[in-house]
Amino acid sequence: MSGTGDQVSTDGEHGSPNGEPLLVLEGIDTFYGPIHILQGLNLEVRAGELVCLLGGNASGKSTTLKTILGIVEPRNGTVRLEGEDVTRRPTSYRIRKGIAIVPENRRLFAPMTVLENLEMGAYLHGGGSKEDFERVYSLFPVLYERRSQLAGTLSGGEQQMVAMGRALMAKPKLLLMDEPSMGLAPILVERSFEIIKQVHEAGVAMLVVEQNANVSLSIADRGYVLSTGRLVLEGKADELRENEDLRKAYLGR
Amino acid sequence: MNWNLFLTELVAGVTHGAVYSLIALGYSMVYGILKLLNFAHGDVYMVGAFVGFGIITVFGGAEALSVNVWVLLLVMLVCAMLAGGLLGVMIERFAYRRLRAAPRIAPLITALGVSFFLENAAQLVLGAQYQSYNSYGWKGGSLWTSGFNLPSGVHVGLPQIIAVVGAIVLMILLTWFVRRTRTGKAMRATSFDREAAAMMGIDVDRVIVATFFIGSALAGAAGVFNGLVYQQVWPYMGFQAGLYAFIAAVVGGIGNLPGAVVGGLVIGLAQSFSIGYISSTFSDAIVFAVLIAVMVLRPSGLLGRAAVQKV
Repeated sequence: MSGTGDQVSTDGEHGSPNGEPLLVLEGIDTFYGPIHILQGLNLEVRAGELVCLLGGNASGKSTTLKTILGIVEPRNGTVRLEGEDVTRRPTSYRIRKGIAIVPENRRLFAPMTVLENLEMGAYLHGGGSKEDFERVYSLFPVLYERRSQLAGTLSGGEQQMVAMGRALMAKPKLLLMDEPSMGLAPILVERSFEIIKQVHEAGVAMLVVEQNANVSLSIADRGYVLSTGRLVLEGKADELRENEDLRKAYLGR
Repeated sequence: MNWNLFLTELVAGVTHGAVYSLIALGYSMVYGILKLLNFAHGDVYMVGAFVGFGIITVFGGAEALSVNVWVLLLVMLVCAMLAGGLLGVMIERFAYRRLRAAPRIAPLITALGVSFFLENAAQLVLGAQYQSYNSYGWKGGSLWTSGFNLPSGVHVGLPQIIAVVGAIVLMILLTWFVRRTRTGKAMRATSFDREAAAMMGIDVDRVIVATFFIGSALAGAAGVFNGLVYQQVWPYMGFQAGLYAFIAAVVGGIGNLPGAVVGGLVIGLAQSFSIGYISSTFSDAIVFAVLIAVMVLRPSGLLGRAAVQKV
């Protein structure tokens, strides 16, 4: 622990010793049966960076996350975490290396309490220390009030907080977020992205997968744009915001 | 009203129910995590019963026990649970794991195959005849007489008390394990959403192994309890008990642990009351009628919830 008083903290170091990016995807080809989903995907996230991955429906965003987590195995290409090739490693190994995810649709353990959901987030850290809980509760005070309630009974916004809190319990170096704005009211989307920004400022690298290009580019350092499994654009977030093609396709202006 | 008959059947029903509940718990736990009907589960119960029988033989047999009865019982239970648990883990490892991504019919057929394999292997190794625990003969029959009497002259022997209390203690331990321990919580998480559990860093394979071990250990204990009360063990005893326990799990709401206990009791009572009041010939029909009635009125079981939408 760095002890800097950050509300959210990584395990101390922000970068890996040899200057390798935290996450590298190299020449990834992923298939579902005969269907070629990801086609030669290259992507990286450096320590402390906030990167967004944009794209419409069926562009391969979720498959990219599943490939990073090892839920689907790519046919070609490598996934590296801090320089180590983890392409053939199971999901639990990768989580242990410091990844956490806020999955699409949150995927809370509905019949378990909020507290138990948070404990599951810190599963590899013995269920979480008192400080871990305090950090999450200070970010989301309502979760403390709701801690013995079943997660499935909470409102959508509260469930989103549980999902984020659960991921932060793991003290990740890299936080993956799958469509954090999906299904939330506009006010909650704003709140959600404020928290993403806050977590990022505390030094956690993030890969945010979104359809909502406007909001995500406004807080990101860099962005990638996927279309039918291929990268069609990449660059600094402010450059992407000015890009004509992207504007037409996603920003609607 | 004939209280003697009523209380006799009540005691028998609760005892049978305790045994069915223990087996049904394993059925439900495995179903909850893998959505697999492990039809070999009843045969794990049979193996547990035979391990208990083997321990009695090792300690001199019913007529000439060389150890204290309580020590014997403890050794029987521990060995039967360990053997059952390890057998369950082996079945998962060698029969089901490779088929985890296969269509659901494949592991189902495999489960039936494992069941036949265990029954026939037991027959080959142990012989086809019945063996007896003879627990009422232990220490000159003191086990039976040292129970207590209900009104109207119904006697409850110590073996029945041991079976019912033992089952309750195991259920309490299981509840504590699933609610309070890290592995127990991981089991619940995995059972609700296996992929999300993996995203938390939970090693799903290990959780599945733990589930098979615990569920099968309960079946092993049920085998010993059944032997203590009803004496007879034989290679095909797992078929009927497994079937009844499966019905119990479905009646209670498969995947739901309190449901398995309630279902076991309902089935045990339905069986013994139909034997006592109607006819032993029709007891199977009546048990299945209970199943059908529950399925018609509450398709997801007595305590089961209708499939919840995951949000």
